[in-house]
Amino acid sequence: MEQQYIDLYKAHHALIKEHSAAVMNESRDEAFALFSTLGFPTTKLENYMYTDLRPSLEADYGLNVRRLDFPVDPYQAFQCDVPGIDSYLYFVVNDGFYPEIDDRNKDLPKGVIICGLKEASEKYPELVQKYYGKLSREKKDGLVAFNGAFAQDGFFMYVPKNVELPRPVQLINIMRSDVDFLANAHNLIIIEENAKAQLLVCDHTQDDVRFLANRVTEVFVGEYATYDHYKLENTHNRMTNLATLLIDQKASSNVIANVITLHNGVSRNSIEVALNGKHCETEVCGMVIADKNQTVDNFTSVLHNMPECHSDELFKYVLDDVSKGAFTGRLFVEKDAQKTRAYQTNRNILLNRTAKMRTKPQLEIFADDVKCSHGATIGQLDDNALFYMRSRGIPYAEARLLLMNAFMADVLDYIRIDALRDRMKMLVEKRLRGELSKCEGCVICQ
Amino acid sequence: MLVIKDLHANIDGKEILKGLSLTVKPGEIHAIMGPNGSGKSTLSSVITGNPSFEVTHGSIDFNEKDLLELAPEERANEGIFLSFQYPVEIPGVSMVNFMRAAINEQRKYRNEPAVSATDFLRLMREKKELVEMDSKLTNRAVNEGFSGGEKKKNEIFQMAMLEPKLAILDETDSGLDIDALRIVANGVNKLKSPDNATILITHYQRLLDYITPDFVHVLYDGKIVKSGGKELALELESRGYDWIKQEVEA
Repeated sequence: MEQQYIDLYKAHHALIKEHSAAVMNESRDEAFALFSTLGFPTTKLENYMYTDLRPSLEADYGLNVRRLDFPVDPYQAFQCDVPGIDSYLYFVVNDGFYPEIDDRNKDLPKGVIICGLKEASEKYPELVQKYYGKLSREKKDGLVAFNGAFAQDGFFMYVPKNVELPRPVQLINIMRSDVDFLANAHNLIIIEENAKAQLLVCDHTQDDVRFLANRVTEVFVGEYATYDHYKLENTHNRMTNLATLLIDQKASSNVIANVITLHNGVSRNSIEVALNGKHCETEVCGMVIADKNQTVDNFTSVLHNMPECHSDELFKYVLDDVSKGAFTGRLFVEKDAQKTRAYQTNRNILLNRTAKMRTKPQLEIFADDVKCSHGATIGQLDDNALFYMRSRGIPYAEARLLLMNAFMADVLDYIRIDALRDRMKMLVEKRLRGELSKCEGCVICQ
Repeated sequence: MLVIKDLHANIDGKEILKGLSLTVKPGEIHAIMGPNGSGKSTLSSVITGNPSFEVTHGSIDFNEKDLLELAPEERANEGIFLSFQYPVEIPGVSMVNFMRAAINEQRKYRNEPAVSATDFLRLMREKKELVEMDSKLTNRAVNEGFSGGEKKKNEIFQMAMLEPKLAILDETDSGLDIDALRIVANGVNKLKSPDNATILITHYQRLLDYITPDFVHVLYDGKIVKSGGKELALELESRGYDWIKQEVEA
């Protein structure tokens, strides 16, 4: 399975480097060496025990090592319509940053840089070098190493000290190919001291072929900075979406990471938030609505490395048919991280006997003055509540819907962009009703 | 209005109702009393269509319709309302959304257009006053964190909103203090009309001091074993149920 990629790298590493940037190439061979040792993760590894990625990784995918342009006009093909969100809008097609063609992003505050990672590496090599791979290189993880070896571009966002972005930034990831296709994108996000930014990432698929995306996102949040990361996946059933989100928080920073899977094929989200300064606040949350044979595995780590930080974690799943869900909530409290407050909740509803959920809180606490809690439940919709509603004239299907919407409501409350929250409520309701939950304009989502 | 004939019903294979018959006409108030475990709550569950109960024999007709053929929501929209003995908490579903859904389903069932936002809020306000319900409660999730008394008031509030033809109050008096009991009873009395009927299920005479029944029935071992006027309730209050059990077993 790995061998074809090892051979590919050996044969074409010069070409891969030629079509990327020097800063990214510096660690490329090292990442490749690590990947050659580790290979792709298997269910024998504790962190990957719930989801077998082999069927997804075995397929024969094409790569775009030469960075050929794909004939696509993302603005035409996709208008991710969140009414009232008024975002700065960017596209990454497969793994390449799509050049801007309109004016809506022109009024970015002074000093803010948003562009492709390759372009940033060429134009601002010192800035990129300071951060690129700082988090991902530490990971002994086959998927992250694979990304380090093959990623040539991605999304770059830099918000300098004391700057607040007045509007959310929206990044649309589109998978577009006529043949089965694999893309490794690397995203780098830097929010400096006392800066403030919100990013909404929308994952979509456009063509009816098999896709594999292996994306790594590194986020650096400076002291007193505030950062919101919303990821909304709405892809088709032939997509395998492997996403690693690594967040480094400095003292007194505030972060929300909210990962929502509305529709997908096979998804694996590895989210790691490291609280590397005192008084950090972080909220890691997500929801999953899955049916048919969809698979979603959210693996989260919150690392309390410093004292007096506060983390909240909330994940909710509604699973139907033969879908599979997995959640791991790893919570690590370092020896000196006293006065830590860390709370974790995972609640799951199985609508069908054939749906499967695996959940595992994993708390490793080495400090002695902490408040930590965790809770995990797997159950069905409350029959008593259903009957109560029906006895008031509300039909069974509608009563179920009200209960499921209510179940998901608190995850949506973690969205700090009003227009997005309203839109998400609507999308969740549509999805639960069994209607298409695609963003308007998306042609393939099914 | 309601005609129950020789009704037998099981839960988990155990027979609870063993041949119960009852006829209720518009404008009437019936009280059903009886010792614990006699089948009072089962009767209310079966009339409203709780899927946990299985009807094995007999019939229930409501305004000439076969009730047993209808789903719980259809029975509700035909005009049957149950005030639950233990109202259910539904976290995350607001009272407003819940009531609006219920009202609009009822209107849809009658081929009427959905209620407008202003009309709905006006209706809510009127009916809240009727049961002296705190405005804050309707802004919360259904029954979540309500006290026992608030939950019972909320049942009567919902009844006022839905204006049923037949209301079944299942031990609405249990767990209420005197003031709450008075408020709930007043609400029920104000909603009374010559066109609708009420079945009160209760252990005690207490509620009947406020709501005067036309008929009192004693349910024992799954059957109505004695019926009478309101004086029967007073007799039960002073003599208990033992004499009835002896009469039945004799």
